[in-house]
Amino acid sequence: MWWRIQALLIKEFLSLLKDKKSRFVLIVPPLVQLFLLSYAATYDLNQLPIAIYNEDRGSAARDLIARFNGAPAFREVLRIERQEQIAAAQDSKQVLMVLHIGQSFSRDLLGGRQLAPVQILLDGRDSNTAQIALGYARNVISQFNSDWARQHNQTGPPAELRVRAWFNPNLESRWFIVPGIVGLLTLVVTMTVAALSVAREREQGTFDQLLVTPFTPAEILIGKAIPGLIIGVAEASFSIFMVVFWFQVPLLGSLAALYIGIVLYVFSVIGAGLMISSLSVTQQQGLLGGFLVIVPGVILSGYATPIENMPELVQQLTFVNPLRYFLIIIRGVFLEGLGIADLIDQYWPLALIGLFCLSCAGLLFRKRMY
Amino acid sequence: MTAIAADAAPAPLTFKSVSKRFAAGDRVVSALRDVSLSLPLGQVTALVGPDGAGKTTLLRLAAGLLLPDSGSIASFGLDTATAGAQLHQLIGYMPQRFGLYEDLSVLENLNLYADLYGISPQDRQQRFAELMRMTNLQKFNQRLAGQLSGGMKQKLGLACTLLNRPKLLLLDEPSVGVDPLSRRELWQIIESLVGQFGTTVLLSTAYMDEAERCQQVVLLDSGEILHQDAPAGFHRLAEACSYQLSSPVLGKRMLQQRLQMHADLIDSVVQGDAVRAVARPASWPDWMAIFDTAEQVRITSVPPRLEDAFIMLLLARHDEKLPVETVCFVSGNGSRFLATEQPAVIEVEQVDRWFGNFQAVKKLSFEVRHGEIFGLLGANGAGKTTTFRMLCGLLPASNGRLRVAGLDLRTAAAQARARLGYMSQKFSLYGQLSVRQNLQFFSHAYGLRHKLRLQRIAWAFQEFDLTEFADTNSVDLPLGYKQRLALACALMHEPEILFLDEPTSGIDPLARREFWNRINSLAAQGVTILVTTHFMEEAEYCDRLLIMREGDILAAGTPAEIRSRSQTAEQAPAETMEEAFIRLLELTGASAE
Amino acid sequence: MSVASQRLLGLIRKEFLQVLRDPSSLAIAFAMPVFLLLLFGYGVSLDARRVPIGLVIEHVSPASRSFSAGFDYSDYFQAHYFRDMREARQALLTRKINAIVHLQADFDQRLTGSEPAPIQVIVNGVDANTARLTSGYVQGVFEAWLNARAAWQGQEAPQPVQLAARVWYNSALRSRNFLVPGLIAVIMTLIGALLTALVMAREWERGTMEALISTPVSVREVLLGKLIPYYLLGMGGMLLSISMAVFLFQVPLVGSLWVLLVAGTLFLLAALGMGLLISIAAKNQFVAGQIAIVVTFLPAFILSGFIFNIDSMPWAVQLFTHLVAARYFVAILQTVFLAGNIWEVILPNALALLLMASAFLALALWRAPRRLE
Repeated sequence: MWWRIQALLIKEFLSLLKDKKSRFVLIVPPLVQLFLLSYAATYDLNQLPIAIYNEDRGSAARDLIARFNGAPAFREVLRIERQEQIAAAQDSKQVLMVLHIGQSFSRDLLGGRQLAPVQILLDGRDSNTAQIALGYARNVISQFNSDWARQHNQTGPPAELRVRAWFNPNLESRWFIVPGIVGLLTLVVTMTVAALSVAREREQGTFDQLLVTPFTPAEILIGKAIPGLIIGVAEASFSIFMVVFWFQVPLLGSLAALYIGIVLYVFSVIGAGLMISSLSVTQQQGLLGGFLVIVPGVILSGYATPIENMPELVQQLTFVNPLRYFLIIIRGVFLEGLGIADLIDQYWPLALIGLFCLSCAGLLFRKRMY
Repeated sequence: MTAIAADAAPAPLTFKSVSKRFAAGDRVVSALRDVSLSLPLGQVTALVGPDGAGKTTLLRLAAGLLLPDSGSIASFGLDTATAGAQLHQLIGYMPQRFGLYEDLSVLENLNLYADLYGISPQDRQQRFAELMRMTNLQKFNQRLAGQLSGGMKQKLGLACTLLNRPKLLLLDEPSVGVDPLSRRELWQIIESLVGQFGTTVLLSTAYMDEAERCQQVVLLDSGEILHQDAPAGFHRLAEACSYQLSSPVLGKRMLQQRLQMHADLIDSVVQGDAVRAVARPASWPDWMAIFDTAEQVRITSVPPRLEDAFIMLLLARHDEKLPVETVCFVSGNGSRFLATEQPAVIEVEQVDRWFGNFQAVKKLSFEVRHGEIFGLLGANGAGKTTTFRMLCGLLPASNGRLRVAGLDLRTAAAQARARLGYMSQKFSLYGQLSVRQNLQFFSHAYGLRHKLRLQRIAWAFQEFDLTEFADTNSVDLPLGYKQRLALACALMHEPEILFLDEPTSGIDPLARREFWNRINSLAAQGVTILVTTHFMEEAEYCDRLLIMREGDILAAGTPAEIRSRSQTAEQAPAETMEEAFIRLLELTGASAE
Repeated sequence: MSVASQRLLGLIRKEFLQVLRDPSSLAIAFAMPVFLLLLFGYGVSLDARRVPIGLVIEHVSPASRSFSAGFDYSDYFQAHYFRDMREARQALLTRKINAIVHLQADFDQRLTGSEPAPIQVIVNGVDANTARLTSGYVQGVFEAWLNARAAWQGQEAPQPVQLAARVWYNSALRSRNFLVPGLIAVIMTLIGALLTALVMAREWERGTMEALISTPVSVREVLLGKLIPYYLLGMGGMLLSISMAVFLFQVPLVGSLWVLLVAGTLFLLAALGMGLLISIAAKNQFVAGQIAIVVTFLPAFILSGFIFNIDSMPWAVQLFTHLVAARYFVAILQTVFLAGNIWEVILPNALALLLMASAFLALALWRAPRRLE
């Protein structure tokens, strides 16, 4: 049996890799996406354009402005002189945030009896960025507050927050996003390979030829699954290599735990892909089917937006999404240093999804669907 | 010079030393070399030649879809390189796979092309009616083009092209995949067109009987014009070389085998109960040396055909005799017995197949005996491919019983499939794999190992003359070689039963002969062969046939029996299978559908 | 009716019939937008609401109780109490909670001491964005508590500078309000570029293009014959998306619909031009589909400012985003929906779209094959 499967494997690899165009499709898009996503997809604010409207002439105001300008998250692009300018600057999207220091700021601050208000105006058109910017601004102000208290020998606040972030002390969202990309790319590549494999043979008529040879459906299935597995794992390995050495994300946990996760994950994705493929008659259907799985798969995985923020019903849906489990595995291994024992709860659902889909695909093969 | 040129009306199509090259992978292929050609006005010209001779390229150049690398092409005095829409108003071009929109209905397709040609609504009704009458498509107005049979698709394609009443009509293999009845209708349309409007027609074809009907024939080989003449001119080349032989003792197939051994005879084909042989020009075959008097061979001289000249010219150019194919199996066993004494290998009993509400196969019963060549014939959509797929186990029957070598292939163990070979009409091979890789894959697939495997691969290379293309991707092979490779793959494991689905569609006469010689010698070694075809000439090669119509049996029996069934009070039995087929259809009062 | 317009009408009619009969075209044009809108409208939210947070209060006192009440009553948090840090850490590790706030046993005593009493906050930094939002919310609760406490004790405010944040255009900061308009750009990219690329490539694959170009039809007419139907289809998709946004997801439409439609037209023309260019280059559905996804769909998702803020990207990537038509359209969409007809935003972006559309269409016309090679 093994050498017959081996013949299937050789055939599969040759038909995938011999053609220049399909080689291109396998290699270039994932690379482009790796770099594009890694550099572009970040929630960290960096040099966000802001405007400052300072009506106060005191040194405290100057000090506060200097702190905003010193923060890497912000960049002052406009100094506003009159109230009316604020609206113009916001409307035109020239700035995303306006820092407004009122006339009485220094007086209130020095007087100490009243709170000195500082107003921040945010552009809610991009509410996510606005929210993040608000967080950054709050940090700047609270730092200013505690320094002010210390310098002016006031009694200072009775308590203070000491915030520590585990696993990612500087809260770099790149550390979060980039390992996730490994899961994303592996999903796209493996799914495309698997979803098109049977459909392509159907379209070219070779699938009939295959079915009249002594191959059993199980052999054909294995012959279709293994190339996807090898390509998926290779693609994942390359991406991980780039994540560690190019993007410098620390890899704390065990590589073995990661690879068990990768193999199971690729296995489950191939299962889904082959299921789609054995249902579709043409390549376009295969492609569309793959697309219809990939898009919700990515959106409902916790890759870009946390699963806890989703409605309860949608959260339930994510339990059948292999990417959900894989993201926990890869982020856990990379950032939290988890080992095999910690991830058992993620491994078995993946294996289950894979087995289920693959048996369905096998059943559809046997029925031969026409 | 110029004065004379201006005087004469410009020819419908002139080629002046036209050359065209293509890049195929890393090689450059010369599709046409220095071709000069001029078509006479108001005549039908056939373009014939082996696969890859450059027929399609020539037609595309003529239609202005390609530009020549050197030389010039003009149609009615308009240079194809510079004339745009003006040229397209004069020319009608029908590509090999006509560009019908399969998801549009017949009427919608016609309307689209009428719009594209700018035909006014008033003219449209009249032209539609006229074309509908010619093509017999009225009934199918609302049907989607994708659901038409191959013959109807071609007729619709032709109708779309004719909407504009072109002055020059270019048709690329209009009759490939078309059953005899539709083929006859296609020709009626073309011929009435020439009579009515004086249209000039250039068409490529693989059927020599079609070329016979044309006023001019252009024989193309490897991008060069080998000969251009009227069919009669071709006949003269093959004058006094053609014979018909028959023998009550030897039988047609034995007779043919004997003739093939002879050096002076370049061609022999089975025709009815007799064999038609062509001798080398200016040679007088010594019949006495070939046959015994006891064999009672009757030899008559017959008038030449275009096909004789075709083969003669091509063989003379390639300086060889048509190869005598004897496919030898390593464990080749058994000689040919009379088929009726043999056990049935394929049994079909009361088989039905429904697709939704449509019954594709109706209570079909037949059996095929060991060592027989059994033909499944019929028009497009008659149910032969459905039957074929059910036998191979690719499709379940709705009712009834199918047995191949005593097994139902849908449920039989995988190893049972090792006993059969399968070749589909698309020559389904892995296009991205080279010839060698395809052979290696299929040898593994059929479970060959070690020495035997290497032996069979070597056999395939040698037997099918594939060594030259060993490392070419199979998608880039010429059609004839694709077919050879597909057959080689199907024979890899020396199957007992061979399933062939339209094995010769679109293949030129030379390759077709080669193919049938191989099949004959396989049958002689005891291989059972089931073949579907709508090439009626090929029916003669079969021991027994089944002609299907609308899922039913129209006729069954030996070729001679079927021909004699076409006998009526007024008519003698048909001479050719094609005639018999059409007559049988007419006798049972059926239309093309 | 002139012959040329008759040809064009014929082509357009044909295209519509094909769309109606091909389930996969219909799926891309109508099912996909609805599917994506529902997914994004309901499934995705960037707003952290009811973040699970662990509170470890070693000694319960009035001070600690008033502090923890801030979490109990906050909309942002869902407070879980733990007896000791070990349990809380376990909960953090298993992602049952996103952060721990820890008040030590001597919190009360140290409140009155000279040094400020420490309140330990541990966030799970794996998801840096959520972590940052969470710690921001904790900070907010903490400051409110400090000031309330000071006011109650009649002391001066310990946090002399107070931040008053005002959000314009989307004051509740509903992420749906910016995701849904942005999504319209993604959907129109799909209909415009992906569908066009596929249907053109299909004509090549099925051999209908060969028959088409051998008729008197001009290249311009063939392109227009694709452009017009898919333009109408795209606008249909846009109207569908806009009505879903307004009526189903209750996104306010402050500006005018007409501005949206004009901007949509310009964007669609750019997307269609791109789709046509891709199919002219690919001539094969598989490759055309792949290229379309890589060069149109992904950039529309990632580089358009739809989810990720462009200003925060590295400058090289920012430069590159100027080549993404969706970038301009997303800016217009978000502005017109949430802020109104603000011409300072609309005009420059519309101009950019106009330039891109003309460039792509001119290129498509120039590169379109008049023959088979």
